[in-house]
Amino acid sequence: MDYNVIWYLLVGILLVGYAILDGFDLGVGALHLLSKGDHNRRIVMNSIGPVWDGNEVWLITAGGALFAAFPHVYATAFSAFYLPFYLLLAALIFRAVAMEFRSKEPGELWRNTWDKLFSIGSILASFLFGVAIGNVIIGMKIGSDMEYAGTLLEQLNPYAICTGLFTVVMFTMHGANYLLVKTEGELQKQVEKWAFKAYWTFVIFYAITTAITLMIRPEMVANFSFGYFEGVGEKHPLVENNEVLISIWAWTVAILNFLAVLNIHRSLKLKNYGWAFLSSCLSIAAFITLFALGIFPNMMVSSLEPAYSLDIYNAASSQKTLKIMFYLALVGIPFVLSYTISIYWVFRGKTKLDEHSY
Amino acid sequence: MDVEILARIQFAFTIIFHYIFPPFSIGLGLIMVIMEGLYLKTGNVVYEVMTKFWTKIFAANFSIGVATGIVMEFEFGTNWATYSRYVGDIFGSPLAAEGIFAFFLESGFLAILLFGWNRVSPRIHFLATVMVALGSMMSGFWIVVANSWMQTPAAYEIVGTGDQARAVITDFWGMVFNPSSGIRFAHTIVGAWLQGSFLVISVSAYFLLKKRHKSVAKRSFKIGLYVALFAALIQPILGHEQANVVAEYQPVKLAAFEGLYETTKEAPLYVVGYTDPESEQTYGIQVPGMLSFLIGFSFDQEVQGLKAFPKEDWPGQIGLVFQTYHIMVGIGMLLIGLLLLGAFLNFKKQLFSNDIMLKVFAWSVVLPVIANQTGWISAEVGRQPWIVYGMLRTSDAISKSVTGGEVFTSILLFFVLYVFLFFTWLYILNKEIKHGPDDTDETYFESGYLKRAEKLSGLDNKEKDE
Repeated sequence: MDYNVIWYLLVGILLVGYAILDGFDLGVGALHLLSKGDHNRRIVMNSIGPVWDGNEVWLITAGGALFAAFPHVYATAFSAFYLPFYLLLAALIFRAVAMEFRSKEPGELWRNTWDKLFSIGSILASFLFGVAIGNVIIGMKIGSDMEYAGTLLEQLNPYAICTGLFTVVMFTMHGANYLLVKTEGELQKQVEKWAFKAYWTFVIFYAITTAITLMIRPEMVANFSFGYFEGVGEKHPLVENNEVLISIWAWTVAILNFLAVLNIHRSLKLKNYGWAFLSSCLSIAAFITLFALGIFPNMMVSSLEPAYSLDIYNAASSQKTLKIMFYLALVGIPFVLSYTISIYWVFRGKTKLDEHSY
Repeated sequence: MDVEILARIQFAFTIIFHYIFPPFSIGLGLIMVIMEGLYLKTGNVVYEVMTKFWTKIFAANFSIGVATGIVMEFEFGTNWATYSRYVGDIFGSPLAAEGIFAFFLESGFLAILLFGWNRVSPRIHFLATVMVALGSMMSGFWIVVANSWMQTPAAYEIVGTGDQARAVITDFWGMVFNPSSGIRFAHTIVGAWLQGSFLVISVSAYFLLKKRHKSVAKRSFKIGLYVALFAALIQPILGHEQANVVAEYQPVKLAAFEGLYETTKEAPLYVVGYTDPESEQTYGIQVPGMLSFLIGFSFDQEVQGLKAFPKEDWPGQIGLVFQTYHIMVGIGMLLIGLLLLGAFLNFKKQLFSNDIMLKVFAWSVVLPVIANQTGWISAEVGRQPWIVYGMLRTSDAISKSVTGGEVFTSILLFFVLYVFLFFTWLYILNKEIKHGPDDTDETYFESGYLKRAEKLSGLDNKEKDE
């Protein structure tokens, strides 16, 4: 395993961390307007109060890591998704300041407006993340100069819209599970109803998205099809030499994913909300793992010519930078994990309002 | 307008807006550490009330800082993709390090600082405050390192030619400690301390004018005053050191700072002035020979003028560089005078009864904000036409796949968004300040010796204290 592969893994881990953590923040935001009454809305918002900022740091760090390790992917993707990303940023900004400002004024109009901005911002951000992933899966018009040659309209293709909606639904379901852990009493009973609805919508989108993906992009399973499908461009030697092992491993992940999704329902029925939340964490991690394995060793597939695709070699920084950054990450990761774990430990239990709450 | 100009306008607008907030966070962070430290040391509840009040102001400021900061990280990729490809091998690392080492630290402990008052012991809470303050300075460190590398690039080599040319790192620590990063970090952080402490001074002066929250306001004012005085007094030394680094590594920028066109000995330093790059003349009040003296401790020191360099390497807006630089220096000097006067009046025990001075101090926070902004404008515009000094031109750094229309749209979107954000922030800030600290026990504080235990044991102590 070379540094390029290691960095592919590390960026992947950062994205998994972001999707799991900010995923429930965004999901809680998507559900926010369903809660009625000021007290309930404050509980919903404060359930993520102490953690949302730290969760968003995963995105910032993933962005920084992508910039440092794979500058061409960073440059091509960010300039290709120009307007969608600015919309994403606007959504994330609204979401952040809505939490900060909402409860500073007692007026109903004031609070309702921020509630709406919080919710719309959360839904829009989830959707745009999904659209970006969808475009990477079906491939983008990347030229020989690594620059995006397509248009904004092409990014809003039906498949990308489908993955966008899938992401919204998945995060909403995930957020509902999180809220079940953090709420109690009447509110919790309401959230449970939302959780079941979100769950079934999620299952439908899960089936549709998986089916369409297999139909139009069978290459996505090339790396773990026991050699049955051909991928885009050449296979990475790691995959070539361990085809059976990787296929078995990937199918295990896929089956675990399936079981985790089933277990969400089972745990919800048993009112074992902690397990439901852990299961939705696991399934999100599994989705991203399968996605990452599906495109590996490519990072952005060119729909114009497979050779133009950006992969973990032609898009990477020098070996020296990858090596230095690897050691920095080794030093940093224990700190990151210890902060994250201690915050969730300090703020464990049901969300209660006090004079310091939002 | 072409994409380059639009992209520059957008970056300038978004960074100027963003940079209103981080210096407040850094400066307030330090002051909160001092206040909470005093609370732990003395047990006097007034310090607890103070810490909680300033934490509230800090929180609203911090969240906008974070939200607008993500924009900056995205912008290198969206608008400056060619730059990102060219220097990503070097420039990406400090940004990633900022995330790993500063943001996680900061955001984790921020949760405890804001929401953890009732959940952790006072000592752990104090630790959280210290870590947030430290985290904000560490994030400042990495971002100033990244920017300093653009000013004084070091520890790199260029590989490939033409469109394939890339800057590649040769020594990581050589990049981190490039010739200007240390001094620029110090100058930036001290500037932030000034901005944060002046916010405390201004709000406290406002309370004193309104005759409200006196115990909190007086103590806050003094802490702000001492921090600001310390910062204002060392800032010229740091600024001078930094100017020397500019003189050595970016002589064109130094010449633009002072509107110096001819290479000369006994080069003058302008107090105020006006420079016209067309006629290559600079007018104004000058101290003869002072620039030479400051650079080389000798009036005979030769200073290179702009004409020693090809015109295509001159910054496009020399007038702007000149004026912003002089505004920064001028405000720095003004702040020293103001703070010395404040400290003198405080020593004479006349500060808090002097309404004129209090009025001046109540508005004074705008000065360090302007100084920090203009200082950065002169540093950044002075680096032009280079995005990485001497290595890569700004015009060669933009995203090739992004159109002018797209950039125009994003500028419009963010202009509307930021104007809205700015006024909402001011509105909330104003409201928080008007609401003031929760010092219902004002009479207790006046005695100055209220301990937590005494507060809890109730009324008996009130009589004792009186």
